Amino acid sequence: MNKSSQNVTLEKVNQSLARRYRAEKRFRAYGIGAILFGITCLVVLFTDIIGKGHSAFFQTHVYLEVTMDSDTLYIDDPTDPQQIAGADYLAVVRASLSERFPDVSGRRDKRALYALISNGADFELRKKLEADPQLLGKTFGVWFLVDDDVDTYFKSRSDDGEGGFDGRLNEKQITWVESLINEGVMESRFNTTFFTSGDSREPEQAGIKGAIMGSLFTLLVTIALSFPIGVAAAVYLEEYAPRNRFTEFIEININNLAAVPSIIFGLLGLSIFIGFFEMHRSIPLVGGLVLTLMTLPTIIISSRAALKAVPPSIRDAAYGLGASKMQVVVHHVIPLAMPGMLTGAIIGLAQALGETAPLLMIGMVAFVVDIPGGITDPATALPVQIFLWSDSPERAFVERTSAAIMVLLVFLISMNTLAIWLRKRLERRW
Amino acid sequence: MDTSMLLVVGLLMTAIAYIAGRGRSISVASGVGGVKNLNSLPFYYGALTALWCGIPSFLLLAIWAIFDDYFISQIVVQELPEHVKNMSESELGLLMNTVVNTAQNSSLGLSSEPHILQAAERLRGLEQTNQMAMTVAFISAGIIMMMATWLRIKSNMPARVHVEHAFKWLLLGSACVAIFTTVGIVLSVLFESLRFFQSVPVTDFLFGLQWSPQMAIRADQVGGSGAFGAVPLFAGTMLISMIAMLIAVPTGLMAAIYLAEYAHPKVRSTIKPVLEVLAGVPTVVYGFFAALTVAPVLRDTGSLIGLDVSSESALAAGLVMGVMIIPFVSSLSDDVITAVPQSLRDGSFGLGATHSETIKKVVIPAALPGIVGGVLLAVSRAIGETMIVVMAAGLAAHLTMNPLESVTTVTVQIVKTLVGDQEFNSPKTLSAFALGLMLFTVTLVLNFIALQVVKKYREQYE
Repeated sequence: MNKSSQNVTLEKVNQSLARRYRAEKRFRAYGIGAILFGITCLVVLFTDIIGKGHSAFFQTHVYLEVTMDSDTLYIDDPTDPQQIAGADYLAVVRASLSERFPDVSGRRDKRALYALISNGADFELRKKLEADPQLLGKTFGVWFLVDDDVDTYFKSRSDDGEGGFDGRLNEKQITWVESLINEGVMESRFNTTFFTSGDSREPEQAGIKGAIMGSLFTLLVTIALSFPIGVAAAVYLEEYAPRNRFTEFIEININNLAAVPSIIFGLLGLSIFIGFFEMHRSIPLVGGLVLTLMTLPTIIISSRAALKAVPPSIRDAAYGLGASKMQVVVHHVIPLAMPGMLTGAIIGLAQALGETAPLLMIGMVAFVVDIPGGITDPATALPVQIFLWSDSPERAFVERTSAAIMVLLVFLISMNTLAIWLRKRLERRW
Repeated sequence: MDTSMLLVVGLLMTAIAYIAGRGRSISVASGVGGVKNLNSLPFYYGALTALWCGIPSFLLLAIWAIFDDYFISQIVVQELPEHVKNMSESELGLLMNTVVNTAQNSSLGLSSEPHILQAAERLRGLEQTNQMAMTVAFISAGIIMMMATWLRIKSNMPARVHVEHAFKWLLLGSACVAIFTTVGIVLSVLFESLRFFQSVPVTDFLFGLQWSPQMAIRADQVGGSGAFGAVPLFAGTMLISMIAMLIAVPTGLMAAIYLAEYAHPKVRSTIKPVLEVLAGVPTVVYGFFAALTVAPVLRDTGSLIGLDVSSESALAAGLVMGVMIIPFVSSLSDDVITAVPQSLRDGSFGLGATHSETIKKVVIPAALPGIVGGVLLAVSRAIGETMIVVMAAGLAAHLTMNPLESVTTVTVQIVKTLVGDQEFNSPKTLSAFALGLMLFTVTLVLNFIALQVVKKYREQYE
């Protein structure tokens, strides 16, 4: 190779260097761009949900003076619980509203006026009277829930009364609401209903307690079954299983099940648990069984990893002291692997908590008002409640859906944080 | 006693058996010179007695509880009058339902026919007898087994060996749950699908271009004739999955490359968990986001530039699904990229290649099988994803490749068919299981190939 050709090569390389460095920079920028895209999506998702949902934690109430007039209520014997239960509390609320707006007349206008208050107001009064029968005949003030349309209007208007979202409210209703606001008897308070009641067709009375209890019972069944079975399976595969076709078959099965779409597990639950074993639909027991089968692969895989991380020297030492196989496993290996297995179980459970599709299949989408009290009561789960509400046309349900999502995310994030904390705290490096 | 009460009693009995067995072994031991002369520790004698007491009695309870309903209803049917017995199977089933409801709640007044009331009375009697018999059988089985084991305890009895055998079988049984689940899935979708294919030919299902599962219930009814051609569903699923993969694969892959090759370890350890949060968000949340935020934005943007975007467009569902899958692709690719040996990179650097050239020409080709496996797993994820498409994609089956139009997918149809009121045993209901079978088969094949590819690749560098 002579000098001139060397120079030519060098020149070529030098000429192309700028281009190659540009390509290098571009490539780096693509990588950063991809990461930024992912993070932006995450931020947009969270701000969107929080932006839509934060207002649901407050609920507009209106202060009305009501007179528990025994004639209006049709109660002549206050000691009779049946009369108290069946009394006409709505009439009391209506009378109070008519008193407040005496110039409203005509059937249609009156109905429009009454529609400002949530139609659950009578239950509230009944509860008050049941708790304290002395209130009969007295006049006192009560903060009532307003109807969801009024609630939406109150939340969306600015302080000087502009830009309210009228929705289904008519002109007159808005004037009444404005006069109530000017009087200062309408105010936003923390929405306790949202956390203490079950589902309802009326947004202002709808809450997530029923769904949370349903999710809780479902998860209880899931953890009670999937953790012991998952750990046992992992112990078998790691500590006992001979290397043969059968073991390999089990492993292939587990790996495949981990990637089977969740809806397929729903079909399994529908035809085996409900169709064949004739269990009831919509109950947390069946939901828990289905989610157990679904989370089992996750728990087995992570438990195996935890068992693998226990060094063989521990086992050898125990054998050396004369321990039997079961003693080695139960007394030494499992306790040492427990933090890792718990972490895996919590992550699996978090997955199960967010799962919706299989629960739809086994009928946990029913409209359940009562708060479930056990694993055989009809129930829905939190994600299913989100799905149900997201279908509702009322604007007030959009904010409640977002709020329910926020609650669900809080649960998921705390579970995952707990898992990470457990791992950091208890994990031992060998 | 009802069944849940029996479970509690059974657990109590097992606990007593443990204490009894343990005590017995200690008292036996005192005759031969202390616990050290026993074959096994007292714990094992207790555990053995508990196992012998618990397992047979619980098995008996389970078998009894599964079959008693069948036998009781058989007896009741046998005693029905002749003309009732000759009814068709479905009519008889309806009648038995009335009998059961009457027996549970006679005040309902569901029926006043004497043979039904009689049957209900008989059913109630039989159920009471059955419950009594079950309680007695369960408890006596437990006690007899406990006593038998208690009597067999000797100082030279190898209790530990027996208990360890049982323990091993218990573990094996747990491991086999995975097999049972697979078998359960296959059986449940296969049987119903076979029944579906009896009324709709397989070829019509696989190659038909028309999907309208609404069937006329009565012959004189106006309405759909019921067409079960699944091609539009497959096309819709493919379209949405393709959009999702177009988002997820480049983004996920580039993110993984940057994190594995360029990023400072500190940056990596913060960014990675942040991206994984995307994978932890429940799909129903993505569905809500797609339906209420992304779809309206797309529609409005479309109308601004003069495009007609459906409010249930495939694009909205696909975009959001793509975002959901990003961390899935990125963490799988990250694993395989970091598994590529450093020596390959060093060789490339030594020849004067820049970092990006090394990645493009050396690292990626070396990691390709693993990346392909990861992408296949992501595709199977996208195909089986349900909630996003149920909430954001359409219901009507259009055969189109236009991402701005509304399409429907296999999972949407399964959900829509099986949620809500079902016509029992109609082809419409059964079609969901046929779709489920397709979904299961396709994802199974994809997973299997992907896992094999990844496994092979791992072996290559280990």
